[in-house]
Amino acid sequence: MLCDSCHERDAVVHLTTIQDNAVHQLHLCERCAAERGVETTVATPKHPLGEFLHDAHQQLAMPNGEGLRCTFCHTTMADFRATGRWGCARCYTNFEAGIRELLRRVHGNHRHVGRTYHPPMSESLERSAVLGELRDRLRRAIESEQFELAADLRDRIKVME
Amino acid sequence: MTVDLSLLPDGGVGWLDASGTHSDIVLSTRIRLARNLDGYAFAARARDGERLRVLAQVREAVSSLPMLREAVMYRLDELPPTSRALLHERHLVSKELAGLDAQHPLRSGAAVFLADGLGLMVNEEDHLRLQSLRSGFALQEAYAAIDKLDRDLGTRIPYSYHSEFGFLTACPTNVGTGMRGSVLIHLPGLVLTKEIGKVLTSLQQMGLTYRGLYGEGSEVVGNFFQISNQTTLGRSEEELLDQLLRVVGHVVEREAEARRVLLRDAGYIIEDKLWRAYGTLRYARSLTFDEAMNYLSGVRLAVGLKLISSLSVYTLNKLLIFSQAAHLAFAEGRALTESETNLARARYVRKALEEEAGSVG
Repeated sequence: MLCDSCHERDAVVHLTTIQDNAVHQLHLCERCAAERGVETTVATPKHPLGEFLHDAHQQLAMPNGEGLRCTFCHTTMADFRATGRWGCARCYTNFEAGIRELLRRVHGNHRHVGRTYHPPMSESLERSAVLGELRDRLRRAIESEQFELAADLRDRIKVME
Repeated sequence: MTVDLSLLPDGGVGWLDASGTHSDIVLSTRIRLARNLDGYAFAARARDGERLRVLAQVREAVSSLPMLREAVMYRLDELPPTSRALLHERHLVSKELAGLDAQHPLRSGAAVFLADGLGLMVNEEDHLRLQSLRSGFALQEAYAAIDKLDRDLGTRIPYSYHSEFGFLTACPTNVGTGMRGSVLIHLPGLVLTKEIGKVLTSLQQMGLTYRGLYGEGSEVVGNFFQISNQTTLGRSEEELLDQLLRVVGHVVEREAEARRVLLRDAGYIIEDKLWRAYGTLRYARSLTFDEAMNYLSGVRLAVGLKLISSLSVYTLNKLLIFSQAAHLAFAEGRALTESETNLARARYVRKALEEEAGSVG
């Protein structure tokens, strides 16, 4: 059945109204119904995250989305829908595209503007970064025949190793 | 093993001392930050061993933190339910961490570090829930303390952080700043003048939300509301706190105005109602929790209106905490049935009011 208004799309909303004691039937497509202010949204569950989860379902019900599984904690969309919780930090990367849209809906924004944070470098990371730099300088010192500097750098590397 | 609350410098209830500003209307201010440790699944998804490693890593970091060096640590997973309930009733741990929530069984590695006005819950929904608790309306002071703790801890432990989404949390409603500021406020004037509906609706339009005495999922009893920020992402900590400060400040003014109107337009009716509440608390032989909360709300209003002059807000605040079931059982030294609890509650409230009765009226 075609929409009574645009005569182009299939009618999905069927309205029965009574005016002047006469029954009127109106068949509308979703877009024309929305334009006339007819609510067509299906009710979402009464959960604090109800709307959010409903959207999550729609967002990630894309091809491959359902089968997606976090590479670190193995959380799936079905797990998220059941609990409303992600399993680990990596989920935010694995489900990134969907999460961005969901955050926009929940918070009205998806971009953090609060305090920024740089995790402390672990001692070994820091040490290997410093060692790498010293070795680079040593190589350059030898190439440019600055032997005194090279000897000094070699000593410092030895101490660190 | 049972919990020894005397280890805490102020019994963990320094926030009840009614020393802050607007203490007749605002009981306390709390700010919490949700953080997770990099490299582990979030607490609900992690295995027992991972949660214990998280706890070990946090203990190690805390031992070198000046702000928490003197802190007392309780392992919730080693405490009996009565002790866990006691900590929960004192607002020192969440229902989920205490394993008192039917949906969330007690987790291995669940622990809390408590110092003066500061708390650090480990293996809650997020690995870390830092909280700062102050008496009265004190958002800036509470934030200054928690921000310092957060920065110090963050240099010792790597947090999960995403350049676009901010601090990552198990629940997407906390992501970004991970910050929830909340103000526990007593609004009997707005309830009696039936203005409360409008106020609560406007809160939601301003991006704030409200809950009952025990936060998420708890009901509003005794006209106590917790007002907090709804969103955590897209605005800075300062902006979120500033909004909360302005709106709660406005609510405090509206409440004060409602109290003036009540006294002016319905003076004797209000006076009679509040003295009846006092009379019931002073002489009742059995009180349910909701009854006690509602009558305490009336007496608190009477003290705020200076109808009852010498009963202190501190005493009333303590009654809110110490007349709860786990505290009564603890005081009696045994488990109580529901009707025994109601008798013990009435006895406890009577005694507390009697002690200050000399100067009442």
